[in-house]
Amino acid sequence: MIKIIDLKKYFNSKKVLDGVNLEIEKGKITVIIGRSGEGKSVLIKHIIGLLKPDFGEIFLDGQDITKMTERELNEVHRRFGMLFQGAALFDSMTVGENVAFPLREHTEMPENDLKNIIIEKLRKVGLKNVENMMPADLSGGMKKRVGLARAIAMDPEIVLFDEPTTGLDPVMSDNIATLILDTQRDLKTTYIVITHDIPLTYKIADKIAMLHEGRIVEQGDVDYMKSSPNPILRQFLEGRSEGPIKVL
Amino acid sequence: MRELFENIGKWAGRVVSAAGGMALMLFQAILWLFVPPLKLRNTFRQMEFVGVKSLFVVILTGAFTGAVLALQSYNALKRFGAESLVGPTVALSMARELGPVLTGLMVTGRAGSAMATELGTMRVTEQIDALYTMAVNPVKYLVSPRILSGVLMMPVLAIITDFVGVLGGYFVAVKMLGVNSGVYIGRTVDFVKPQDIFDGLIKASVFGLILSLVACYHGFNTAGGAAGVGEAATKSVVLGSVLILVADYFLTSVMF
Repeated sequence: MIKIIDLKKYFNSKKVLDGVNLEIEKGKITVIIGRSGEGKSVLIKHIIGLLKPDFGEIFLDGQDITKMTERELNEVHRRFGMLFQGAALFDSMTVGENVAFPLREHTEMPENDLKNIIIEKLRKVGLKNVENMMPADLSGGMKKRVGLARAIAMDPEIVLFDEPTTGLDPVMSDNIATLILDTQRDLKTTYIVITHDIPLTYKIADKIAMLHEGRIVEQGDVDYMKSSPNPILRQFLEGRSEGPIKVL
Repeated sequence: MRELFENIGKWAGRVVSAAGGMALMLFQAILWLFVPPLKLRNTFRQMEFVGVKSLFVVILTGAFTGAVLALQSYNALKRFGAESLVGPTVALSMARELGPVLTGLMVTGRAGSAMATELGTMRVTEQIDALYTMAVNPVKYLVSPRILSGVLMMPVLAIITDFVGVLGGYFVAVKMLGVNSGVYIGRTVDFVKPQDIFDGLIKASVFGLILSLVACYHGFNTAGGAAGVGEAATKSVVLGSVLILVADYFLTSVMF
């Protein structure tokens, strides 16, 4: 579904992506792991067209999104949903208005139907009677769940998750992992998750890819990755400070 | 010496880049105004924010500016026995210069800084990125309504400032300093032409464009968390105010 070929990105003279090659399969959960600051968020922002690469291509169903005009990208965005690291809820709107936002912008849906969809999407992420609350009144976990409800409001084909469990306690992290699995199974949506949360990765991934120093150094299913002898991957999965990954 | 030239070069680069960025943003914002659907709800909300919520501060500014202008001009004109000209002095100063300029500066401080802060916060908390990913163009959704509301509401505020300023001047000149009421009003009507007021309103509209564009540009391009948001607000007020004063000179030289 998505094919990334030799993607390179520099910020000033700093090399962030150094030839990323990755294929993302339709209807599966692909988890991209790697240390903080390794360019995972930069990679995901390229996939959705928020950043333009300095070199390389990203094909979505055979179309190169790096060459698209803003208008074409706008059409592509309708196929995507995204849960941001801090949820990125509009703080001037209520929870209900946040979830309804993409629907109000792109459909002529009557208010009654809209209300039902808001309630249904919030119920899917385990929330009830929060439609009239403001984002500032929500806990971190609730914000992420509202963000997920908004991301899936338009029933997108692809949903991107930027560090969905960062800043959450282990119980809430597991809850988010379960929600990711449940919502993905419902519609067989393509999910792309970037994280450094290993329990989350093992729980949800159909495929794992490890990003290190701007390249994908290893990729495969959970069993393959668990047994891979790759020293970089081993050090990361086992959470050791000694090894080929240098701690600066 | 080399460092000096390097710094001048860097500064010039930043100025050119900001000017280009603002021109591009303005072009896009105008273009998006003509692409349906119109964001009327957003525009009305911004008009209320820029216009209605600035009323109190511009009324205070206008009243006291008119009052002090009457006081100063009375003291000066009395030496030549020309106290009857206090009214026209106040009214012409307000309509041509002080009304639009002071309104522009006050609205920059109140609404411009708030626009930059709001958009800056939206940038650093990825709310602007979220708009992109939901196929909503942030320039159309956030910038166009703000610029339109600046351009439309500033003349309304300026004419209120003019009116209140003339009232403030009237109160000081007539009630406190003893200038004849009929003379004050009569001479004002004689001297002030509709063109003076109209040109002042054009100025106000241009100032509205400047303050909203500068605020949107700095808010939109905020980087670096909370400190970046503060910096965007400061830059938008400083640059907005300076550009208003510079534009005022050039507009005055063309208009009057």
